[in-house]
Amino acid sequence: MRPLTEEETRALFEKLAKYIGENIQLLVDRPDGSYCFRLHKDRVYYVSERILKVATSIPGDKLVALGTCFGKFTKTQKFRLHVTALDYLAPYAKYKVWVKPGAEQSFLYGNHVLKSGLGRITENTAQYQGVVVYSMADVPLVSDSAGRGVDCSSENSDELALSRVVLIQVGA
Amino acid sequence: MAALCVEELLARAEQRAAEPHRSVAVEKELELEFDLGNLLALDRNPPPSMPRAAGAQRESRLRSLARDNTQLLVAQLWGLPAGRAEGATGPLVAQLPEPSYRLPREKPLPRPRPPTRWEQFARLKGIRRRKRTSLVWDEAAKQWRRRWGYERAGGDPARDWLIEVPAGADPNEDQFAKRLRDKREKVARNEFNRLRNIARGALPGRGLHPTGHQSRAELGRATQVARVSTASLGRFQPRLPKEPAAPPPRGGKKRHFAPLLGDLAAERSRQLELLRGLGSKKPPLDLTRAVNKQLREEDAQAAAGKGRKRGQRGKRGRQRPGGGKGPAGGKKGGARRQQQRPAGRKRS
Repeated sequence: MRPLTEEETRALFEKLAKYIGENIQLLVDRPDGSYCFRLHKDRVYYVSERILKVATSIPGDKLVALGTCFGKFTKTQKFRLHVTALDYLAPYAKYKVWVKPGAEQSFLYGNHVLKSGLGRITENTAQYQGVVVYSMADVPLVSDSAGRGVDCSSENSDELALSRVVLIQVGA
Repeated sequence: MAALCVEELLARAEQRAAEPHRSVAVEKELELEFDLGNLLALDRNPPPSMPRAAGAQRESRLRSLARDNTQLLVAQLWGLPAGRAEGATGPLVAQLPEPSYRLPREKPLPRPRPPTRWEQFARLKGIRRRKRTSLVWDEAAKQWRRRWGYERAGGDPARDWLIEVPAGADPNEDQFAKRLRDKREKVARNEFNRLRNIARGALPGRGLHPTGHQSRAELGRATQVARVSTASLGRFQPRLPKEPAAPPPRGGKKRHFAPLLGDLAAERSRQLELLRGLGSKKPPLDLTRAVNKQLREEDAQAAAGKGRKRGQRGKRGRQRPGGGKGPAGGKKGGARRQQQRPAGRKRS
């Protein structure tokens, strides 16, 4: 277990910035506690200082996880965001997409969301913008457990009713 | 006896108290030359005249001369920049400058090593070293093979099933045994020559073989070389009970990470700095987005003007701009739209 290096922190923040923009500073600097990012076996964990101190007494090879796993670094040092980060990304998401109940199941099983399945979407969402997908009951979803991110293509072409609205991008 | 000693001591103490304190100032005709790096002071003043006969006086004169010069040297040392070693309560330590006075050589120059037997021979014959290629053409296998090692050229084991008896040799002699014997002899001769070279001191490892006449320093060097001559370069060699611990390795590519539970506030501030740096690199103007935003606004105005009845159709009102075409047509759609706009678009 160790803190992240400069490059790793940059990769992490660049990925998070796609979804929550400048709200990352709310994650870094919280008023209700001291939280930090730690790397353990290539996975990035967001953990409070209290829990971190306790976790230092567990031997490294026996420690499975601590805090919340945000994602992991691949072999080539790219950061892949996991669905377990959703709890922290959803409240700060800049661009949100609501999916109709009919399309929700299809989306969860890995299909794209068509325009007809789109409930609401934040204004000014650009093409390929990172968004957080919600169900109509305001429950944040992501496509599957590997935490694939979601991109939105939002152009003003309302003639094309079946155009693909929300793409599932491989590798968030 | 004891009483006498005590009286002596008292007398000496009284004498010392009676003497005025010796001053720190020293007067010299010529200034001394100092080399503080070597703690050296050179006094070029002519020495005080000392007649041969007077023994005790001479002693005291020499002593006072030494004392004066030492006083001057110490005064110079107090003028150096000083610091406290080992923290605020450690001893006061002066930082000596680089020594400027070149001290003469302590030991004689090392003599050059004698050449090895081969080197002598090569010099005699005028043989020079040729660079060898790493691969050799193997005629039998018809491919490039390495010079030695796995699958070497000419080292194919299948080759050895037959040895031709040479012309003048005894037909009953075992050629295989002969080949083996020759190889053993060659190896033994090579080893013998190598040991002879070592004994003559011609090889680079000439300080490292025990001769019984080595100094402590030489033995230390030999120990160090022996320690490092393992496969792990001495990393896991056990140390003797009183041997000092290994110095920390410097250089290399070992990565050093920040401490795990270090200063969290500092870490946070560093991350916020990083964030600020990341945020400032955003492109100032995205043309497509600006144009689309403009179009959206126009649409919204037009829709608001047309009527409220459309807004009641479920949650999907006109607040949301129309869904995109998808990535392939997205940018083109925007461009096409820009062209369509001036022509006028009829909304049904």
